[in-house]
Amino acid sequence: MAIIYEKSKGLTERPLTYCPGCSHGIVHKLIAETLVELNLLDHTVAIAPVGCSVFAYDFFNCDGVQAAHGRAPAVATGIKRVAPESIVFTYQGDGDLAAIGTAETIHAAHRGENITVIFINNAIYGMTGGQLAPTTLVGQKTSTSPFGRNVAHQGLPIKVCEMLAAIPSSYYLERTSVHDVPHIRKTKAAIKKAFQYQVDGKGFSMVEILSGCPVGWNVSPVESMKFIKEQMMPYYPLGVYRDGGAEI
Amino acid sequence: MKTLMKGNEAISQAAIVAGCKAFFGYPITPQNEIPEYMSAAMVNAGRVFVQAESEVAAINMIYGGAAAGVRVMTSSSSPGIALKQEGISYLAAAKLPCVIVSVMRCGPGLGGILPSQSDYFQVVKGGGNGDYYTPVYAPNSVQESVDLTIKAFDIADKYRTPVFVVVDGTLGQMMEPVEFKPVTPYQIDVDSFATNGQSGKRGYRNMVNSLNLSAIGLEKSNFELKATYDEIRKNEAMYESSVKDGDEIALVAYGVPSRIALNAVKALNDKGVKAGLIRPITLWPFPDEAFKLPASVKIVLVCELSMGQMIDDVRLALNGSVPAHFYGRTGGVIFEPEELVDAAIKVVGGGK
Repeated sequence: MAIIYEKSKGLTERPLTYCPGCSHGIVHKLIAETLVELNLLDHTVAIAPVGCSVFAYDFFNCDGVQAAHGRAPAVATGIKRVAPESIVFTYQGDGDLAAIGTAETIHAAHRGENITVIFINNAIYGMTGGQLAPTTLVGQKTSTSPFGRNVAHQGLPIKVCEMLAAIPSSYYLERTSVHDVPHIRKTKAAIKKAFQYQVDGKGFSMVEILSGCPVGWNVSPVESMKFIKEQMMPYYPLGVYRDGGAEI
Repeated sequence: MKTLMKGNEAISQAAIVAGCKAFFGYPITPQNEIPEYMSAAMVNAGRVFVQAESEVAAINMIYGGAAAGVRVMTSSSSPGIALKQEGISYLAAAKLPCVIVSVMRCGPGLGGILPSQSDYFQVVKGGGNGDYYTPVYAPNSVQESVDLTIKAFDIADKYRTPVFVVVDGTLGQMMEPVEFKPVTPYQIDVDSFATNGQSGKRGYRNMVNSLNLSAIGLEKSNFELKATYDEIRKNEAMYESSVKDGDEIALVAYGVPSRIALNAVKALNDKGVKAGLIRPITLWPFPDEAFKLPASVKIVLVCELSMGQMIDDVRLALNGSVPAHFYGRTGGVIFEPEELVDAAIKVVGGGK
């Protein structure tokens, strides 16, 4: 019988440790397929963050490094500068990238480091049990914002793509979502573009992916997809924020 | 051929001679000559120099560079080393070799920029989280700074560990003649650990990681580190001692203060007080061997530019055999030989 579908060679045999309904599995698959399709897997280094995806080095079938909380872009810089022929990507959540690691993110973009950042924005700290993230929506209840995010108290959620778009050396920035199949396909195209730009030596590329965390949000997986579409997308508009390849 | 060089610049050139492929740093006084020198010399040598956005970022770039299997170095001074401690703990846990230079200044807090030895604890007793040690070399001349920096790279590779070279601000800033001899670097097996994006070439993938959620698994890692530390303790302790049978007092000092203590020892001998000097060259592993003293030595005087830190290790090494007294100045004040002579005469008298 012909095989019509199999697990990407870009992933190891290790079973994923994510919760039911979590978007990490979808994004892992998209990255793995991209690395295989672009023929990059055998010279790629994946940098795992601190957070739910801390075990990413166990899942991607390439060299892997586990970085300190927020420091993945600095670790990626160290690797890429001494091994420029390698493909280096970081995989980071919102707490890692937009709270404790904001400086590393901004400065890697400013230096135009030739790396790719995959940014999972699920508006919450998943691994530690659902606390307020820098991207938690206004009014959203979490274990450390039990009355809902209050602008007067916690400020507005950080819009990372918009912030990095102000940096001229950000080569490619796109925000996508994985709440339905058409958007998953668009996300795959964005990831592929980001890695291709790294192959071409264009500099800093980042794909921000709006993702679901049903356990952290305390909703069903189906409701979590609805939450992305109805609550997150109005505040975090999808689209291309910078594309050096498209500007003439 | 000897050339006249400032300590900080000599340390930088030593790293280049040792084959350092990348330097990641952040400005802080009194070590700025190191990143300044490297910013030109590394680029001219076709190697990597990056001025990071913080000490935290710099040590994590070191983590990346070391993970990719090349010789890397960073430098800083006391408050900056404090910021690097988390990264150093990660480097130790992930068994990544690197060299870290600390040009100590005085604290606590922002403190001051003058020379000090008040960060002995910081480099010798860890500071980052978890059960780990780092070898620490403490030269007392510009030439020895060169030789020990080169050695530090080999020790880092041999034991797969971060290694410190610590000097106080005086040594970083003073000029002495130095000579660079040809180096044959220790050959590390890069394929055995490096995440350099060559899984295709080597046929298997590597992982650099310090996370282990299994109690038994993590304990095993700790036992492995302990075995490495035991080897280092056995093989790598270094010291100089002029203490001989008949001496009544041993002075103990490291780094530039050991040169002041040497003058004090000469003056004491001129005055008829028989004295010798012990100079630890490695602060970790601490040279316990040096403290097996002749029976004539009744008392030890530890002289530090701090409020008394190395004295803890001296007392452990002495294990109660003779009392250890302390003389220290801090805040950037450097003691004169006469102060040490007076302190020694006072404690010898007290001992009698």
